Amino acid sequence: MTDRRPNRAPETGSFFQRDPLWHPPAFAPGYKSTVLRSPRKAPISLDNTISEITGPVFGHSMLGDLDDDMIHNFAKPGESAIGPRIIVYGRVLDERGKGVAGALVEVWQANAGGRYRHKRDGYLAALDPNFGGCGRTITDEDGNYAFRTIQPGAYPWPNGPNEWRPQHIHFSIFGHGFAQRLITQMYFEGDPLIWKCPIVRTIPDKAAIDGLIALLDMNATIPMDARAYKFDIVLRGRRSTMFENRLEGN
Amino acid sequence: MTQSLSHLKESASQTAGPYVHIGLTPNFADIKGVYPADLGTAMVDEKTKGERITVTGRIFDGSGTPIRDALVEIWQADAAGLYNSPSETRGSADLHFTGWGRAPTDMETGYYRFETIKPGRVPFRDGRLMAPHVTFWIAARGINLALSTRMYFGDEEKANAEDPVLARIEHRNRVPSLIATREGSTFTFDIYLQGDKETVFFDI
Repeated sequence: MTDRRPNRAPETGSFFQRDPLWHPPAFAPGYKSTVLRSPRKAPISLDNTISEITGPVFGHSMLGDLDDDMIHNFAKPGESAIGPRIIVYGRVLDERGKGVAGALVEVWQANAGGRYRHKRDGYLAALDPNFGGCGRTITDEDGNYAFRTIQPGAYPWPNGPNEWRPQHIHFSIFGHGFAQRLITQMYFEGDPLIWKCPIVRTIPDKAAIDGLIALLDMNATIPMDARAYKFDIVLRGRRSTMFENRLEGN
Repeated sequence: MTQSLSHLKESASQTAGPYVHIGLTPNFADIKGVYPADLGTAMVDEKTKGERITVTGRIFDGSGTPIRDALVEIWQADAAGLYNSPSETRGSADLHFTGWGRAPTDMETGYYRFETIKPGRVPFRDGRLMAPHVTFWIAARGINLALSTRMYFGDEEKANAEDPVLARIEHRNRVPSLIATREGSTFTFDIYLQGDKETVFFDI
């Protein structure tokens, strides 16, 4: 774990409080799996201690050449994954609008037919022998990231008798502190399934859903190669330590 | 018109879903050859300072069934009570200890497992020492926003009794839900999502 962002003093402020009305509630019975998996007692609120303010760092040196290229990272030499070729790019920011440098972005998704390479996924759609479904990258100094993949398919899932997930890519983000950790999903502009999806609809605020919908960006699209979708991710901001009580030993 | 704070809103969380292992532990999910190893599987090496321990347990849903598709991450200080993080300003942590681990729950038994060391004590915001603890983060299908909790050590009775975070818990009969039991070098920390034994979760 190297690459410690040498030109920036590390920040040590507490993260801004999460807005519980913005995130989906733990118990959201329209998404049936939450019913037995949602804590029922109130969480104990805790202003961040050093255990939440700190977090691991991931160095660019750990990345392989094809980690950010899901079209090729599981494919046989000379072959590529089947499906609409796309680039997904954007910035990881925090709530203050600052780019988050060195953030680990891990993604996973179904193939173009809507099938996951997972032993528990029995959907009829065929597996693509050249598509694994995982990718990762680390943001640059300004918080930018990009990866190449194929557009995943929509797929049915056993929540209701005829429920389909919109096309989506799962994102896991590691910012600078363990309390900034976030998992979410990216949806595609114009997909009519978004507004029917019980998982999307666990989010109470339409503006929060809009924030998970990536836009087609023709300017970033590579002619005769791949369309581009822009997806920015916002992590919790953090307080300046200027007037904070200093932690013991600082 | 007043000025605007211009703060952005955090991206809304969405469940990690049933296939989280494809993305975060692909080798465990049998997707080989993309990454050399799954991240977070090795926290220690032969030179790591501190007492070697195993931390293991299961996560139970509201019906008492162990969850077999979860992903657990932990974060902890080294044996001297320092975090291996750029935001650690009190000193330099043990370079042979990452402090961070990631493990899936076993697809058959539901057990997660970490090979780690017992952490030292770190200070609370006001300088009082907290008892040794491990921060837990749990993602799974049916969990809309990953859950945060802490594991404390059953053999640290005195430190636990003066821990300022444990002291914050109003219902004292819930405190034992955060304390792992020791047997040899293994600490067992079971997590209950609901019911009489529901684990205390933190809004951090």
